[in-house]
Amino acid sequence: MSEPLVVVKDLVKTFVSSKGLLSPKKYVHAVTDVSFTIHPKETFALVGESGCGKSTTGRLVTRLLHPDAGQVIFDGTDITNYTVNQMRPLRSNMQMVFQDPYGSLNPRIKIEDLVAEPLKIHTNLSAEERRKVVYELLEVVGLRAEHANRYPHEFSGGQRQRIGIARALSVRPKLIVADEPVSALDVSIQAQVLNLLKELQQKYELTYLFISHDLSVVEMIADKIGVMYLGKLVESAPKEELYSNPLHPYTKALLSAVPIPDPTHKRNRIILKGDLPSPVNPPSGCMFHTRCPNCTEQCKVEKPALREVSKDHFVACPYV
Amino acid sequence: MAEVLLEVNHLRTEFKKRKGKVTAIDDVSFHIDKGEIVGLVGESGCGKSVTSLSIMRLLRDTPGEITNGTVLLGGKNLLELSDKEMHAFQGKQMAMIFQEPMTSLNPVMRVKDQIVEAIRLHLDMDQAQALQHTEKMLTQVGIPDVQQVMNSYPHQLSGGMSQRVMIAMAMSCYPELLIADEPTTALDVTIQAQILDLMRELNQKNGMSILLITHDLGVVAEMCSRVIVMYAGRIVEQADVETLFAHPRNPYTQGLLASLPRLGQHVDMLPSIPGTVPDLANMPAGCKFAPRCKYAMDICTKEEPKLVDMEKPGCKCRCWLVEQQMKGEGKA
Repeated sequence: MSEPLVVVKDLVKTFVSSKGLLSPKKYVHAVTDVSFTIHPKETFALVGESGCGKSTTGRLVTRLLHPDAGQVIFDGTDITNYTVNQMRPLRSNMQMVFQDPYGSLNPRIKIEDLVAEPLKIHTNLSAEERRKVVYELLEVVGLRAEHANRYPHEFSGGQRQRIGIARALSVRPKLIVADEPVSALDVSIQAQVLNLLKELQQKYELTYLFISHDLSVVEMIADKIGVMYLGKLVESAPKEELYSNPLHPYTKALLSAVPIPDPTHKRNRIILKGDLPSPVNPPSGCMFHTRCPNCTEQCKVEKPALREVSKDHFVACPYV
Repeated sequence: MAEVLLEVNHLRTEFKKRKGKVTAIDDVSFHIDKGEIVGLVGESGCGKSVTSLSIMRLLRDTPGEITNGTVLLGGKNLLELSDKEMHAFQGKQMAMIFQEPMTSLNPVMRVKDQIVEAIRLHLDMDQAQALQHTEKMLTQVGIPDVQQVMNSYPHQLSGGMSQRVMIAMAMSCYPELLIADEPTTALDVTIQAQILDLMRELNQKNGMSILLITHDLGVVAEMCSRVIVMYAGRIVEQADVETLFAHPRNPYTQGLLASLPRLGQHVDMLPSIPGTVPDLANMPAGCKFAPRCKYAMDICTKEEPKLVDMEKPGCKCRCWLVEQQMKGEGKA
């Protein structure tokens, strides 16, 4: 087995939110004790509903945020306490692709310069060499070299997402953290972008941390999946295992809630009662106990630990 | 035979732009029976929301204008009504809920005051009766702590809760038709399941018809009895839900269904439709899907096909190829 590329251990991140000068400080528990490992050339997907901490985890892994506790090990190096300056040379090995293809490209910069920007920072290529790489990259992501002189507003959502991907690829990273890269796209375009991500992974031996709320998208792209709820990893397993044998009651409910595009498909849906609790005031004990159909008295007091139930299949629920 | 509630005929809506006009929807015709849930699907910019706003006549504050067609609700042409008469229809006979529950509620009014206002406008009730009615409606949509929610402002509610409030408000005058424009798109899957369940229940209990506008074919498969597929402002296919998902006729519908990632179906690559949706201001002549269609023929780029009836009653399709196949079969 190869050495893991990313190891995350007991990561914790809390944000301070206070409404006014005199009001007491509130703490948002965004990520609590999250641990996982990603091997090279693998796609690890984090899924969960809004506010579950999946994006924060992505930003902690790329060290755009500093964790309050825990460890991030990238390619054998502990980068948990690296400063911005120490991180800079490593950045060419970890790139991000964002959800909003409209918001993540500077509208006043031409595509050529947008895609060449990471090359300027991380390589010593001349302007001419950079241009050559940019043209190549545009072709690779399914755009044409003549697009290089246009501005972002001249492109559709799917094309902009391709530009974002070209930009991330330009420095030949080992890891790409893709934060909801297809959520803003229409179905027919979403399929194009997902196919592209898969092709590129094979071609450039990329490792993905894929963040999504959509379980059907994740099934197509991921090798391993981690399910998050209110800042906690509640279950993680290889894809086939997770979809065929979900164990945590939240994973089961989440899977059963996905609408299936087949009118002849009949199933028993688990409808969860109530809303997501606020991460400012998370429930005691198991985070999920307020909505869990099998909640017991013990669940309300005891925080369940993530334990391995079968090979690579981890669950944070004592009753499975 | 079920009774027809809403009938839309050859509806065309145009938007004025600095340079001329663009046609957002054209030749849109369909009907909804009493007690039926009909899905209207398509990708962004296909004209599904313009269709719903045209039916509700809510285009007044936009550059949009309905330039052709009729909208009959219970036999009455809504497009001929005066503004005042239309106001009586909006909210009473037909109500609408939107994608963003947060922005559709008035942020500076308590929930109860907003609903009471709507009720007193349409139903003959005094303040106390209207309040009581509000409480009943909020209970019906499954809000656990009704008193607290009634006294809250919209920003104090979660997304799922505000959508419930919107539905309660839309339902408060017992409309015959509910137009739901992407009602669950902004919500998480587990909350979406709750809201869809609620809408289905209200449909079964009160016999209210629903026009469900969505881009999510999974939602359509679970909720609707009939489906209308739109592309670039035209209806391209219309069928009952089983037929549409099992035997889509239009190449666009086929491509759309094929490109869906599905749970439990392990695929390496998804079949995708090449290219992008055409720009409204720069529509191709002929069939609007022809530039992306793998079956495109000569005629497709020249002349726009019509929405024609299929063999199965109620099924329609707009495609030259399908039309030719039908004729060929007819002769043989």
